[in-house]
Amino acid sequence: MRFSINGADHEIDFDIRTSLLDLLREHLQLTGTKKGCDQGACGACTVLVDGERINACLALAVQYQGRAITTIEGLGTPGHLHALQAAFVEHDGFQCGYCTPGQICSAVGMAAEARRGVPSVVTADLAATQIALDHDELRERMSGNLCRCGAHNGIIDAVRQVLAREAA
Amino acid sequence: MSALAQTSWRPDGASDPLATRHGLIGAPVSRIDGPLKVAGQARFAAEVSMPGLLHAGFVYSSVARGRIKAIDTAAAEALPGVALVMTHRNAPRMKPPALFGTTPEAAGASDLPIMQDAEIHWNGQTVAVVLAETREQAEEAAALVAVEYESLPAVTAFAAAKAHAHPPESVLGEPAVLEIGDAEAALAAAAVKVDLTFTTPRQNHNAIELHAATIAWEGDRLTIHDASQLVTMTAATIAQVFDLDPKQVRVLSPYVGGGFGGKCLWDHQILGAAAARLAGRPVRVVLSREGVFRLVGGRTQTEQRVALAATADGKLDALIHTGVAAMTAHNACPEQFTFPARHLYAARTFKLVQQVAEMDMLANTFMRAPGESIGTFALECAIDELAEKLGADPVAFRRGIEPEKDPTSSHEFSTRHLNEAYAAGAERFGWAKRSATPRARRDGEWLIGMGCATGTYPYYRMPGGAARITLTADGRARVAAAAHEMGMGTATVQSQVAAERLGLPLDRVSFALGDTELPPSPVAGGSNQTAAIGAAVIAAHTELVKALLKLAGNASPLAGLSTDEVEGRDAGLGKRGDAARFESYASILRRAGRDEVTVQAEAPMPLELQKWSMHSTAAQFCEVRVSESTGEVRVARFLGSFDCGRILNAKTARSQFRGGIVMGLGLALTEETLFDERSGRIVNATMAEYHVPVHLDVPEIEVIWTDIPDPRTPMGARGIGEIGITGVGAAVANAVYNATGKRIRDLPITLDKLL
Amino acid sequence: MQRFEYHRAADTAAAIALAARAPEPHYLGGGTNLVDLMRENIERPRTIIDVTALSSAIEARPDGGILIGAGAKNTAVAEHRAIRERFPMLARAILAGASAQIRNMATVGGNLLQRTRCYYFYDDAAHCNKRKPGTGCDAVEGFNRIHAILGASPSCVATHPSDMCVALAALDAIVHVEGPGGRRSLPFGAFHRLPGDRPDLETALGPAELITAVELPAGAAGLRSTYRKVRDRASYAFALVSVAAALRIEDGKLAEVRLALGGVAHKPWRAATAEAALRGKPAGADAFRAAAEAELAAARPLSGNAFKIELAKRTIAATLSELAGARP
Repeated sequence: MRFSINGADHEIDFDIRTSLLDLLREHLQLTGTKKGCDQGACGACTVLVDGERINACLALAVQYQGRAITTIEGLGTPGHLHALQAAFVEHDGFQCGYCTPGQICSAVGMAAEARRGVPSVVTADLAATQIALDHDELRERMSGNLCRCGAHNGIIDAVRQVLAREAA
Repeated sequence: MSALAQTSWRPDGASDPLATRHGLIGAPVSRIDGPLKVAGQARFAAEVSMPGLLHAGFVYSSVARGRIKAIDTAAAEALPGVALVMTHRNAPRMKPPALFGTTPEAAGASDLPIMQDAEIHWNGQTVAVVLAETREQAEEAAALVAVEYESLPAVTAFAAAKAHAHPPESVLGEPAVLEIGDAEAALAAAAVKVDLTFTTPRQNHNAIELHAATIAWEGDRLTIHDASQLVTMTAATIAQVFDLDPKQVRVLSPYVGGGFGGKCLWDHQILGAAAARLAGRPVRVVLSREGVFRLVGGRTQTEQRVALAATADGKLDALIHTGVAAMTAHNACPEQFTFPARHLYAARTFKLVQQVAEMDMLANTFMRAPGESIGTFALECAIDELAEKLGADPVAFRRGIEPEKDPTSSHEFSTRHLNEAYAAGAERFGWAKRSATPRARRDGEWLIGMGCATGTYPYYRMPGGAARITLTADGRARVAAAAHEMGMGTATVQSQVAAERLGLPLDRVSFALGDTELPPSPVAGGSNQTAAIGAAVIAAHTELVKALLKLAGNASPLAGLSTDEVEGRDAGLGKRGDAARFESYASILRRAGRDEVTVQAEAPMPLELQKWSMHSTAAQFCEVRVSESTGEVRVARFLGSFDCGRILNAKTARSQFRGGIVMGLGLALTEETLFDERSGRIVNATMAEYHVPVHLDVPEIEVIWTDIPDPRTPMGARGIGEIGITGVGAAVANAVYNATGKRIRDLPITLDKLL
Repeated sequence: MQRFEYHRAADTAAAIALAARAPEPHYLGGGTNLVDLMRENIERPRTIIDVTALSSAIEARPDGGILIGAGAKNTAVAEHRAIRERFPMLARAILAGASAQIRNMATVGGNLLQRTRCYYFYDDAAHCNKRKPGTGCDAVEGFNRIHAILGASPSCVATHPSDMCVALAALDAIVHVEGPGGRRSLPFGAFHRLPGDRPDLETALGPAELITAVELPAGAAGLRSTYRKVRDRASYAFALVSVAAALRIEDGKLAEVRLALGGVAHKPWRAATAEAALRGKPAGADAFRAAAEAELAAARPLSGNAFKIELAKRTIAATLSELAGARP
């Protein structure tokens, strides 16, 4: 089976039951994508598929052949951080760092959704064409990523700063 | 007073000079390991690759007490890829782990034998471990292991267990029963009093990282890549279990994906090591989320009584805090919920009684501020109720019962600035705008209320820590201790402290941790790690200065000076108060012909704790909105005002305080482990049904601190990992009362209780 | 997870043909529920037929109705302009469900087939008539705070977890299915079953039948509507109670009312009694409360969920009041 991950092609055979998450972690040693519940209930495994955020733990890898998969390793490296990664460091948007890759990938996907005009459940006017991402909007849209260390304030500050810079 | 006492901190002597130094101490330095973490390059326990690795699948008991009558592993063993199925019939012989607290190095969460017989002690105990080439095969095989049980009568109902409640021998070394005067008589005689019952549920840590270990034997040498907050103790206890020398066991844990008390030694590491030995191959254990609930204990449930009697002038005539915590017969975690009442308020009489009620269940354990988190819920709700009865503002009322010294031990406080914390917090939060009358503020269907409560957590410094410092000729220092990084910013803060102590720029100092080949460290628990490492580094630094002065010799401007006359500054040693007498580290080492110098020393015993009452305190303020239609509670604002000694890194400290507060919001509003009393089984063993707060539950949390150094501690600091959660439950509950007029004394405050 | 054969269906006919002959088949959409259930050994298919390549088109019809391909992702439905404008309750219900990540994966067809979140259904060690017919129900006397108050049976007190389906029930959606016997269309209310003595049977789908599309009839298009979900935390949790409501007021009277409840029954609960009580009545808090009382008169609490009855009444009244009050 052929996979495109962070711009590189991988030809790989595996047990058909393998999740996209385990494919990344156990077969490709791309361990930046984390396993927190394996049930779609924590968001630590969030990756981007064709730019959309999904939970890799609920994805059977076989369903994602040929799609453009981006993981945290594809966003930036310690020496060349993505703007969101750098903002997470600056705003201390993490403590243990385990949910962090998922939070960051999720924020990248969220930004794309926002640019597309996707509403959220806290959007007052669903018919609006432009939705300002205020504090509630950001918090709701990031609620699929749990953080147990309680870095929520720093995470939202980091995301808000990067989105504001993008908009400027 | 000797010169040494003036310059070097000792547990019974003068302050650490760093306690009042600025520069790197307190600076909001970003995490040194931040870039690795945000790039997904920090390697956690389950992420170590090894050739020939086998994956483990676990099978859990479905009865609470009984015996395995029959266990059929044939179908599992027949599956492709399965290397072995381990049960009590073929597991290697192992000793039961020494119970935590029984020796300084004991880490056992319980002292039950692990897979050594057919006995079942709790619903969820491991009855078989499968090893297979892939995770998928291991899990399929685990599902095919068929077990037949003979059930025995089990105590799985708290009410039944309570009937036999009794005080434990001790509560973490403190007496379980503490009485001063006749509190019940004072209560009976009082005109103004409250006598209230509070209940708190089971909770689980639910760190986002699943418990995991990658384990390999090489002959009789065992290496465990663990997610651990007690590497030194884990190595010692695993050595004891497998009858090895502790030096034969190496535990590595450079990054831990959240701990909160839960990432200690449980059965999975021992079973993984046993299975790896049996298979002759390395093993990766990654518990499922359900597995974490089945094998790793959490905070236990309690029923607490707080009764307070007031005098006419607003003093406490009686302070009664008693209660029962569920526990097992095989562990040692009585959930010290009466601890806050021992140190917080002045009262004429006290009655403090802790009891435990034994149940057939998974061993409960320490979870962020065990005791203090839920003890402050009961005590601080009761204080709020009493203040209301007195017609007093709860902040002013607390000011009136502020003790001059520790009310039960009579020791002087090392420092205590709770009143200042309240004053600053109240001002900043806008407490004056609170209406004393409930239901006075609303916004449409949403009732708005404010509440406050005191948080408190002791200063601990566990013995047994050591540190190593290597100074190199290029003017760099490497500091090392076994130690732990679970998100506290250990390497960052310790590098700051070491750089300041050595007089080096931060980028010239590194701090290595998470490896038992480094000098030993005590548990990262009881918020003690910063002080424990800090004291060890002070000891090592004294050794380093001695060694450097010796190397410097008579040709140095430092010639003739003693250790207590010099300080680290400008990348070298200098005489205190004399800018001229100085030599750089590079110069000293070069002249001595040395590439580097290495010293190691142990921290002194924590004598400071015997002399002073040492506690951090906090004033927690909360504003909630409660839907009058649905009873939903939303926390609109929160402010924590902390008195925790010197703050070492403003950025990471703010995060740690906030983190504690967020977990406190979960404790207050959403978190409950559902324990089915018919079966003794946890039924919501998932992150979907155990509700930790999500982003939308977390408001902007403001954090301020007094930053007044504690003269009795290394760096003037007291640990801050746990105090954040304390008082939060009560602050929320008191705010809910202010909003709705309803007192909820049973956590969590779910909407059904407010309808 | 048990081993299975994986097939990716190129078209509907091929999918159905395969499902009709393959051993223990199961269609697979986004996998957000099925993969989890397979990992828990609750679902044990031998054949997986991936139908995500089939229709995901969303067709807004000139008459005001909309046809949604079963493969459409939840997010695609919620962000679709015609759905946001014509059926806001549906967009809001979808957005109230799960997380953005899951909505990006989950399909409309799969959403209809979500299985209950009853703790005991998920735990292989528990008794559950839905998971293993005839073994009993541990929820009836166990933790049942999240369980059903309407339409339950002694066999099963589980609730349906979907938010989207509550809106679809209120909107009189039509479920288009295709199977070995051909195509048919089911009114939404007939798609899900009440538990009775066969809680393992959850829908009206026959063997190998596949949901191909969900149709939103023009009838409810343009009504003022919303969805309110009440849960144990602010987001990312299943509903304790939810309300999908739509209304049209003419001359101060309720000319049209649509009301459905989530979190209260084995299926999305169309509140027909309340609707009937309100139709033609003046809009107002008293009328809303009375209608809610009428609907919940049939409710039967379990040991731990009596609060849901009052919660449902209040949420109905609050949601209708908000809709009515928002009218200029």
